[in-house]
Amino acid sequence: MLELLEELFSYSFVVRAIIVGISVSLCASLLGLPLILQRYSMIGDGLSHVAFGTLAIALPLGFSPLKVSIPLVMLAAFLLLRIRESSKIRGDAAIAIISCSSLAVGVIVMSQTVGMNTDICNYMFGSILAIKQEEVYLCVAISAIILALFVFFYNKIFSVIFDINYAKASGTNIEFYNMLLALLTAAIIVIGMRIMGAMLISSLIIFPALTSMRILKKFKSVVICSAILSCICFLLGVVVSFAYNIPAGASIVAANLGAFLIFWLISSIIRR
Amino acid sequence: MKALLCKQISVKYESKLALEECSFEIDTGNFLGVFGKNGSGKSTLLKSIAGIIKPNSGTFDFYGIKKNEIGYMAQQTPVQKDFPASIYEVVISGTLCKHKRFFFYNKNDKKLADKNLELLGIEQLKHKSFQELSGGQKQRVLLARMLCTEAKLLLLDEPASGLDTAAAEQLLSTLKDINSQGVTIIMVSHDIQNAVNFCDKILHLGKAHFFGSREEYNARTA
Repeated sequence: MLELLEELFSYSFVVRAIIVGISVSLCASLLGLPLILQRYSMIGDGLSHVAFGTLAIALPLGFSPLKVSIPLVMLAAFLLLRIRESSKIRGDAAIAIISCSSLAVGVIVMSQTVGMNTDICNYMFGSILAIKQEEVYLCVAISAIILALFVFFYNKIFSVIFDINYAKASGTNIEFYNMLLALLTAAIIVIGMRIMGAMLISSLIIFPALTSMRILKKFKSVVICSAILSCICFLLGVVVSFAYNIPAGASIVAANLGAFLIFWLISSIIRR
Repeated sequence: MKALLCKQISVKYESKLALEECSFEIDTGNFLGVFGKNGSGKSTLLKSIAGIIKPNSGTFDFYGIKKNEIGYMAQQTPVQKDFPASIYEVVISGTLCKHKRFFFYNKNDKKLADKNLELLGIEQLKHKSFQELSGGQKQRVLLARMLCTEAKLLLLDEPASGLDTAAAEQLLSTLKDINSQGVTIIMVSHDIQNAVNFCDKILHLGKAHFFGSREEYNARTA
């Protein structure tokens, strides 16, 4: 086991992936809780497909994928929330339309340019090799900003999601907080997608909070538990993926599923 | 002193008129009871005063009440059903609307939260989870949170619903105490009989809206 870890950390790409992965897991789990509680879970899924589409367009044009995707996915997040508010089209239907369309656009563009090869597989299901040195700085910087904003607005976010009407009545700008959450989610999805892949990134957002909520019943303890859990599951997933040669994204999701089942089992034993 | 002037408020819900031409005027320290049948627009009126929905026509004029000095309390929302939150977290979040730039709780906020927990007799529930409480306990927690805003105008939508008669009576008399300290209260209720004696002004929504003092209202219905 120790040998395995030693070997693992001797590769610089693994170290890079772990630095990025830990910061992404941490932020994703924090953003996940408000999204789940507000019934916005699907937004993460929708945005990840949009992120795939934008990457597919950015690559052949020779742009840095992160710098193009982050603003575009943020724009999509902004539009999704706007559509939800106007309520002409139902929110979940709007997400489905946007996510399928951008996935289709991504696949079409990729098949015409880089070809349907391992590249497409990497972006769909993630690759631990994908992260370059300069991207590490960008990822860590963005994660730090997200973390700082979350801590700063922590109490406010709680009060808004716990009771939106109450917050509105006492003069809180609800749109600002919803938009903030959506934009931060967009950013974290684009970063995390390199490791997790477009298909699996939303699990990083949803799982940790959902798992913690099985057992814990206080907001603060759920936040702390999901942050820790998310990092542990990420590391576990990377180690397993390295040892058994499984794609990292899938094994991280499997680790999260395992944690969820354990917590669920414990909670059903406690309730008895 | 005038607190709120409400002029010919009409609200539409998807082309259906939910509230038509409602006007009234209350002074600081008034306890206004809003009554009426289901669908007469009671909650709609309260939401539009709170600024949660925009009326299609008419105006509200607030006198000496800032936006963050309005407390609103309604029935539980579906979101709160499985929301992980301790009672303390919920109650102290009421102090936030007084914070302009930094959203961290200070000593005064903590004191205020403790004071209101005690006032409503729920200090022993402090560390319990909100979702595990009974309906009446939840109402008291939401009331404690609202008191933490130290609002000048309280808007209450059926605060006593789901409570037994004794608990409802107790809640209403707590409200009356708060009211007697100069806080203006507007309360929506379907239970006219029990609530009417706590109010000094009555607004009855119906085909023709009635607005007047309690004495006038009693004389009208007698």
